Amino acid sequence: MELFDLLTYYNVLFLAQDALTTLALSAFGCVLGGILGTALAVVRLTRGKLTLPLRGLALVFTEFFRRVPFLVTLFLCFFAFQFGGLEVSTLTVGCVTVVLIGTAFLAEIVRAGLQSVHPNQWHAAEAMNFSLLQTIRYVILPQAWTVILPPAFGFFILFIKDSALASQIGVVELTYVGKVLNNRGFSAGVTFGTILVIYFAISFPLARLGAKLEKKLGSSRTR
Amino acid sequence: MAHLELDDVSAAYGTFQVLKGIDLSVARGETVGLVGPSGSGKSTILRVLTGLLPPSSGEVRVAGDVVDYSRASEIRRLRDRCAIVFQQYNLFQNLTVLENVTIAPTKIRGRKRAEVQPEAEALLARVGLSDKLGAYPDELSGGQQQRVAIARALCLKPEILLLDEVTAALDPELVSEVLDTIRGLAAEGMTMLIVSHEMGFIREISARVAFMAEGRVVELGSPADIFDNPQKERTRDFVGKILRH
Ligand SMILES: Nc1ncnc2c1ncn2[C@@H]1O[C@H](COP(=O)(O)OP(=O)(O)OP(=O)(O)O)[C@@H](O)[C@H]1O
Ligand SMILES: [Mg+2]
Repeated sequence: MELFDLLTYYNVLFLAQDALTTLALSAFGCVLGGILGTALAVVRLTRGKLTLPLRGLALVFTEFFRRVPFLVTLFLCFFAFQFGGLEVSTLTVGCVTVVLIGTAFLAEIVRAGLQSVHPNQWHAAEAMNFSLLQTIRYVILPQAWTVILPPAFGFFILFIKDSALASQIGVVELTYVGKVLNNRGFSAGVTFGTILVIYFAISFPLARLGAKLEKKLGSSRTR
Repeated sequence: MAHLELDDVSAAYGTFQVLKGIDLSVARGETVGLVGPSGSGKSTILRVLTGLLPPSSGEVRVAGDVVDYSRASEIRRLRDRCAIVFQQYNLFQNLTVLENVTIAPTKIRGRKRAEVQPEAEALLARVGLSDKLGAYPDELSGGQQQRVAIARALCLKPEILLLDEVTAALDPELVSEVLDTIRGLAAEGMTMLIVSHEMGFIREISARVAFMAEGRVVELGSPADIFDNPQKERTRDFVGKILRH
């Protein structure tokens, strides 16, 4: 039977390795994304004119990569590397993608966590000459991590699914299809452009639907 | 020369003008009481004096030095000289009593732990909290938290102590513990600006009292002037209401 053919020792090993890669990919995205996301969250908490451009960039970055579906970001990265003339492995593209998205989501989770700490804690620290970083390190983060961890972990779980998608069908399939079409004489630009549009058309509505469902489920749970 | 001086100081939250030209001075070692109805801007004055809210106009002077609020270094200097005790204590919830008192001197000012800790313990002993060094703020009563906040401010060795409603959130039986501490400081010659609704206490401890309303100092004088013989209609009104309570 076909199933038994599939479940040979080597195939199972291959699948397991693949699953591990997926897990590692999302863990990588969450760890590095957690660090960069925290940095973004801190940038967004600064005040004054000096950091205004940085704040704007951080805002655009987080909003963009949180709203664009995973696959689209994946392809954007892929094309960015192509466009830049860089030959990189599919794994590299996957890594960059998970870090971009992980950073955006975790920046928002961390920011919400930091802001959940009572303002009077910020004021007390400021009045005693704590810098922003000192305030966050000594006073805010120790109080905020219990607020940050649950949603961060929830994000990690969801992220595994997305990363699986990336490692299973995403980059591999795309390069494959691209190569085939290339061989048939289509230019790379047209080929990849078409694929991007198609994937966007498929994944964007799906992501929207997912978001709607999540909202519905979320609100019914809180009621 | 006054130790602390506000010269025509105005301040606003966004477009909402709260302080409208405050003139006030505190001499070295003097205790000035600040009274007035809720929302008159008493806390806002203390926020200006700790650099949490820059004034929109006017001048703040400490020992004759004008504070330039546009310079971070001058705000830092201001905060080194003036320590505040907030009405809601604002103790760091993640730190023990002792850590609350030592964190700023050690981590922010870079002093040696071995040097700061005995000072902190002595201050906490002075406010009667020697047995609570390892407790967390949420394990303490309001009065105990208030006294930790006072010890924390004092461990910064400020020239000027700003106290905001130090008794407002306390049960009556706890008020006296805190007031004893403050009386001791006044006796030692600490320069203090004290906001309080506790008129008896303000009267006893202040050399002068400023009555504030709608963002202005309406009347300034000795406690006897303000409480027994107010000149302005607005002050009479306020004092009358307070005394009837
Ligand atoms: N962060 C803020 N943003 C906007 N408005 C504020 C803020 N803090 C205070 N205010 C307003 O400024 C005015 C003065 O407030 P302030 O806290 O200085 O009053 P107060 O005299 O200390 O009153 P209370 O006796 O109730 O403590 C009030 O009308 C208040 O609503
Ligand atoms: Mg107040």
